[in-house]
Amino acid sequence: MKRTPTLAVWKFASCDGCQLSLLDCEAELLAVTERLTIANFVEASREVLKGPYDLSLVEGSITTAHDAERIHKIRRISKTLITIGACATAGGIQALRNFKDVKEFVSIVYSTPAYIETLSKSTPIANHVYVDFELHGCPINKNQLLEVVNAYLNGRKPNIPAYSVCVECKRRGIVCGLVAAGPPCLGPVTHAGCDALCPSYHRGCFGCYGPKETPNTGSLTSWWKQSGMKDDELLRLFRNFNAYADAFRKESESHEK
Amino acid sequence: MFTVDRTNVDQLFRLLQQKGYTLIGPTVRDGALILDAISSASDLPVGWTDDQGPAHYRLRRRDDASLFGYSVGAHSWKRYLFPPAVKLVDARRQGRSMDCTSPSPDSASQGTPLKKYAFIGVKPCELNAILIQDKVFLGSGTVDPFYKAARERLFIVAANCTQASGTCFCASMDAGPRAQRGFDLAITEVAGKQHYFVIDAGSKKGTEILLELPHRKSSQQELDEAARRVQKATDQMGRQLDTAGVRDLLLKNPEHPRWEEVSQRCLNCANCTLVCPTCFCSSVEDTTDLAGKTAERWRRWDSCFTLDFSYIHGGCIRSSGKSRFRQWMTHKLASWNDQFGSSGCVGCGRCITWCPVGIDITEEVRAIRGTKRQEQLMHS
Ligand code: SF4
Ligand code: SF4
Ligand code: SF4
Ligand code: SF4
Repeated sequence: MKRTPTLAVWKFASCDGCQLSLLDCEAELLAVTERLTIANFVEASREVLKGPYDLSLVEGSITTAHDAERIHKIRRISKTLITIGACATAGGIQALRNFKDVKEFVSIVYSTPAYIETLSKSTPIANHVYVDFELHGCPINKNQLLEVVNAYLNGRKPNIPAYSVCVECKRRGIVCGLVAAGPPCLGPVTHAGCDALCPSYHRGCFGCYGPKETPNTGSLTSWWKQSGMKDDELLRLFRNFNAYADAFRKESESHEK
Repeated sequence: MFTVDRTNVDQLFRLLQQKGYTLIGPTVRDGALILDAISSASDLPVGWTDDQGPAHYRLRRRDDASLFGYSVGAHSWKRYLFPPAVKLVDARRQGRSMDCTSPSPDSASQGTPLKKYAFIGVKPCELNAILIQDKVFLGSGTVDPFYKAARERLFIVAANCTQASGTCFCASMDAGPRAQRGFDLAITEVAGKQHYFVIDAGSKKGTEILLELPHRKSSQQELDEAARRVQKATDQMGRQLDTAGVRDLLLKNPEHPRWEEVSQRCLNCANCTLVCPTCFCSSVEDTTDLAGKTAERWRRWDSCFTLDFSYIHGGCIRSSGKSRFRQWMTHKLASWNDQFGSSGCVGCGRCITWCPVGIDITEEVRAIRGTKRQEQLMHS
């Protein structure tokens, strides 16, 4: 019988939400385990098989010197390495520190700052090692995760389009709140993947999936500025889970006083 | 021309339902008019109208109880004839070979059986858009079986416009505000102290339905009043587009600096093409099950504003925003003529209203016309 490929799931600085999406697959999880041997996934099983591994899913960002080394080891023992979620692909919410002095935070937050060893920036995995595929989202969409694993198993390209959330929104026939109601929506500059979840609940897109292909954030914010939005509001719109993704970082920085 | 009173509109709907039609019409949802299944006149946007401008749409109350006193809403009818997602192929692995079947149009649209639709209140610009999509899907050599099946069983009740919005320019495109052809019934609403509809039948199906309805021959006064109301819509057009020579203007100016300028504003978000009633582009996506035993091929709405749209082996042809915007506008207003013998724009104004940054196709034409490269045009 053909050997089933092995899967390892790794965690760096993150909330676990993305790996949980894999456990969340419930019904499909069984089908996954028929095609993949779960070799190292501590969240799911204490049994750990030795590497190397065929497929590694990496969650979380690099925030410590120790992790900066660990990711190189993981890359060496992984044939294919896929990063999942905003932390792993853009530095995550913890990358808000990148815009300030982290030492100051540490001294305010921790009673014994000397115990804290941390890098000054939270960075995505691809800043450290070669990544075969990046799956965006905060958290990732479980159907997209299954699609990526499925494409890997069947040797095809995953169907993960990089166009705007608006494309998903319009296919679903959702009334565009940006035009018909007014509150800002980041859909036109955000990577598709959630199937326009927030717009379907009358909320503007928060940008969970990070910048889309060729994002033109500056045009959108100039338009909103004309209708009265202030720089600090615009800055905050782009400073969340994907604050350190290039296009969003540059946009928020352009609204700094 | 015949006159039918407002009190008999539900009778019209019942007649259509008895003949097996599912009624689709405008209705209010989430602060806008959308299209959905309706069952009686009270499901229509009774007494509502709309204010539209670049990146702006708001509903507003009218001071009458019109059923059709608004311009085009958020959805175009194409979602029923050319649905956002359609399954094209089912494949199953059989040992060393593969069995492929194409789902019939009756089960292709995300598993919902294809219904016999009656479109209620199709605006003239949108009716023209349907006639344009007929050329694309039925008359250009390759027939789309789903479109054909849905189209053949379709009943169209057109509603002439008595109110135009700030982004309408159908009059410039010779596509409204009065329906000329392609309908089964065309109505002009007169809502006031008396509330009636002047109705014209455009097909045998339409005449049959009309004859079953309580109706009378329209008086001259009723005809005049209906004509006056449609004229009001013409006068109200919020925008104009000078179509004279626009094909040559655009095709001869591919390097006009305006393309670069507008691409600085364009988000390439694709909204304009997805709301457009004539845009017909889709991409085809193959999916497999985890075990690799079955596969499916889906067709989904796509747009020339995405990078994948022009991806061929080795890269994307239209990687700059400028080239994508230029593709969109020159297709709509220029190369469409060469391809299908008419403009690809009916002046519905949706691309202006639903563009998140209010890019205005009529303004872009003016800008290019205003500073056109004379030396290039002289060679035409
Ligand atoms: S609601 Fe947001 S995501 Fe949807 S079309 Fe409008 S801008 Fe795009
Ligand atoms: S013209 Fe407007 S709607 Fe169209 S892609 Fe550009 S920004 Fe989006
Ligand atoms: S304008 Fe673009 S999306 Fe619309 S039909 Fe032409 S190529 Fe297709
Ligand atoms: S190009 Fe714009 S105005 Fe013309 S038909 Fe399409 S959406 Fe309507």
